[in-house]
Amino acid sequence: MTPGVLSIVTLLPVAGALALTLAPRRHDALLRGGALAVSLATFVISLPLYLGFDAGSASYQFEEQMAWMPSLGAAYHVGIDGISLLLVLLTTFLMPIALASAWRAIEDRTKEFVIAMLVLETGMIGVFVSLDLFLFLVFWEAMLIPMYFVIGVWGGPNRIYAAVKFVLYTMAGSALMLVAILALYYQHGVATGTFTFDLPTVTRWVVPAGLGQNLMFLGFALAFAIKVPLFPFHTWLPDAHVEAPTAGSVILAGVLLKMGTYGFLRFGLPIFPDASLTFGPIVLALAVFGIVYGAWVSTVQPDLKKLVAYSSVSHLGFVMLGIFTFNMQGLVGGVIQMVNHGLSTGALFLMVGMIYERRHTRLIADFGGLWKVIPAFSALYLVVVLSSLGLPGLNGFVGEFLILLGAFQVNRGLAALATTGIIFAAVYLLWMYQRVIFGEVTHEENLRLHDLSPREWALVVPLVLFIVWIGVYPATFTGPTEATVEALINQVQSKASVAFR
Amino acid sequence: MIPAPPISLAVLAPALIVIGAGCLVLLLDLLPPRESKAHLATVALGGVVAALLTSLAAWGGRGRAFRDMVILDNYALFFHVVICYAAALIVLLSIDYLRRTGAESGEYYALVLFSTSGMLLLTSASDLIVVFLAIELMSLSLYVLAGLFKRRRQAGEASMKYFLLGAFASAFLLYGIALLYGATGTTSIDRIATAIASTPWDPLVIAGLGLVMVGFGFKISSVPFHMWAPDVYEGAPTCVTALIATGSKAAAFAALIRLFLGGFRLVHADWAAVLWVLAALTMTVGNVVAIAQLNLKRMLAYSSIAHVGYMLVGLAAGGAAGTSAILFYLLAYTFTTAGTFGVITVCARTGEEAVDVRDYAGLGRRHPVLAFVLALFLLSLIGVPPLAGFVGKFYLFGAAVRAGFLWLAVLGVLNSAVAAYYYLRVIVTMYMQEPEGPSASLVPSFAGGVALAIALVGVVLLGLMPAPFVDLAQGAIAPLLR
Repeated sequence: MTPGVLSIVTLLPVAGALALTLAPRRHDALLRGGALAVSLATFVISLPLYLGFDAGSASYQFEEQMAWMPSLGAAYHVGIDGISLLLVLLTTFLMPIALASAWRAIEDRTKEFVIAMLVLETGMIGVFVSLDLFLFLVFWEAMLIPMYFVIGVWGGPNRIYAAVKFVLYTMAGSALMLVAILALYYQHGVATGTFTFDLPTVTRWVVPAGLGQNLMFLGFALAFAIKVPLFPFHTWLPDAHVEAPTAGSVILAGVLLKMGTYGFLRFGLPIFPDASLTFGPIVLALAVFGIVYGAWVSTVQPDLKKLVAYSSVSHLGFVMLGIFTFNMQGLVGGVIQMVNHGLSTGALFLMVGMIYERRHTRLIADFGGLWKVIPAFSALYLVVVLSSLGLPGLNGFVGEFLILLGAFQVNRGLAALATTGIIFAAVYLLWMYQRVIFGEVTHEENLRLHDLSPREWALVVPLVLFIVWIGVYPATFTGPTEATVEALINQVQSKASVAFR
Repeated sequence: MIPAPPISLAVLAPALIVIGAGCLVLLLDLLPPRESKAHLATVALGGVVAALLTSLAAWGGRGRAFRDMVILDNYALFFHVVICYAAALIVLLSIDYLRRTGAESGEYYALVLFSTSGMLLLTSASDLIVVFLAIELMSLSLYVLAGLFKRRRQAGEASMKYFLLGAFASAFLLYGIALLYGATGTTSIDRIATAIASTPWDPLVIAGLGLVMVGFGFKISSVPFHMWAPDVYEGAPTCVTALIATGSKAAAFAALIRLFLGGFRLVHADWAAVLWVLAALTMTVGNVVAIAQLNLKRMLAYSSIAHVGYMLVGLAAGGAAGTSAILFYLLAYTFTTAGTFGVITVCARTGEEAVDVRDYAGLGRRHPVLAFVLALFLLSLIGVPPLAGFVGKFYLFGAAVRAGFLWLAVLGVLNSAVAAYYYLRVIVTMYMQEPEGPSASLVPSFAGGVALAIALVGVVLLGLMPAPFVDLAQGAIAPLLR
């Protein structure tokens, strides 16, 4: 069987990683260049996924299926729909940027670093394209290990604590998901006579409502909620972000956090519609609490990276809010907000990393008046900050607006509370920007900073391009998702036995 | 006059080959060259590999001998392969390790072979007397091997402790066998099954079964009969520890499953509750205590106790699914554990062993390949895909869920998450901490390298392509379920 585009996109990075194991350790440039070339090639190959995608269809496209463990009912089954398409492209787009951002930052054990990053890329894409529960679990868990190494080996002073916390949190969550998957597998098998992990097959089956469905949903939901992270499961995130190297933060914020929300969309809602509706209000409340809490905590952070990390808690709260409105605007907004957060927060971490490379500090108090020294950096940073706080015309606005539109139809009170999150976002982001960029230069060292290098321009400009593109013409990105989201809503409606709002 | 039973040695062939090789090693040890023992290792390896090939050739057959006291079916052959594989790896790893630690001797290889033959016999035993004989043959050799480092205090302690507690366990086992014989008038597993089908609640049967369980509980080191394991694992030479952890456990499980699936199938439901508790206790105690261990060998001792707990989950689940999952898990576990101990033997220096977790600081920088291999083995022990341990756990807990032991499965996966902590600590030390003092260069010998490579290929292959091995395991238990 010849592998299709999707398999190539998924497996090319790991193949590249295997090839790079043979490269000599001393030649850092060769290793970096090779890894960058592999990730760029992956991006280019992934473009036909978008170009050839039939936006009108809600079914899985670019499907590939191959027997793997026939006696168990597990197969290599991959495919994408409107939701995973965007996330796969986000991954392949961010990975070259992350690798290039580490060009100078990672000098120690470059070989291990690039291999870990490429393996990570395969793991992340695999999570998004798997249409088999077993395959999904394999990618989901396998992806943890390279990220653990990226944080633990190349991270900051407290990296070991952060890395171990990250892994243990995620493992504890996915352990229960494993049992939930097994329970789903046997229930489905006993009820229908076919024991299979095939996702479309299992999703077509209506899980009997009741305690069983609720428990299975909770098994999945815990794993996803930790990954999102939904308040109160977010405590690993600030540690992991602060300690991770810039490239790791970009990928962690840009892609890894999306896996939780993606999980709810792919598994939580369609397989367990009753349980999703039952627990929906709790999730909504936690999401809104996370929005406000994340924003408040961000406001008082003295450390730039920590500020961005807590802002992620707030932003991902919006995504969860959108998903659990169960309506078109909310869900499309949630999906587009996943992409937005990946771009904006990825860019924020990238740029924070750039000034950290220059000054070796991330404390807001150590900066001030940067506009006078590095105007190009400051201008681009402004765009990114504004996109993150949801300025109309930039990407963040589109997602948050749609989400709030959806939320107002469901619960006005919660939606109003969530809106305050946007106001606080403006507070913490603009206040941070003001203290770092405007005013007088308060520290001698800052006078000698040099502005963006050509490499750094090349890293930030593509991100800014997409930030503006989504803000001005979101249809390019919402287009492919709408049919999928509509089908998802129909699925929840038709399968749910409890009253649908 | 009593007619002599027909003798068909073919059924014993694998065990006999290994015993023969052991005797040959003893003879050759008396002849020159006296200074090097490498040729003895070659003979030992040849014996084990010959037994492995004989077993593979016999696949699919079903031989019985000595009035059905010994059976050579696919089930036994599956375990033959696991045990021969473990023994071969251990011989390969021993050559260099023993030379460096100054404990090279001819008796070592002979004892490894005798012990292996006991394990092989145990897997085909279908009579409790043979079970007992095989266990003694296996254990007595291991008692001596555990004390191989004669000059070291821990070695004496290990050997003595292993011997005394092992003797106790044997007594329990023998007493249990005697009670079962008293209740049923036979020692044949099949005939015991028929006899107790009518009187499952005979107190003699219950007591007999309980005592047999205690004996086996000791051999597989399940809680609360696990006390010997940490001390023995620590004091014994690392390659012997590997044999105790893999081969002897596999063999004991083979007999235990045959006993439960063949003999006591009818009373299984009543025993499920006992096994439930044993499994839950064994995994939890093993994992929780392992967290506190800074000595790598002690940590692995507790971790192996935890893995026995996972396998007991399969035994509690029972049936084809649970049992074949144990078989697959044992295969995966043997590959992984032998590999892990293999790396430790390679890291051992003259006269001392690198058994403190701190000895591994900076290994990722000094010996990237060795560190990577150890990291993969540890990740497989955690159960990270796509490695052997993940698939093994998936099958085990899948069987538990299928049998309705949902909460046991939940306990199992939570335990694996706990276990991640102490395995990751070793990886943290290797990759994220710097060594304190100067470090010796570690280069695995050719034989050691081959052994590690085989283990590594096994761990990855079982993780990526488990299907054929699962089919093998399912085929292996088919004869028991008839």
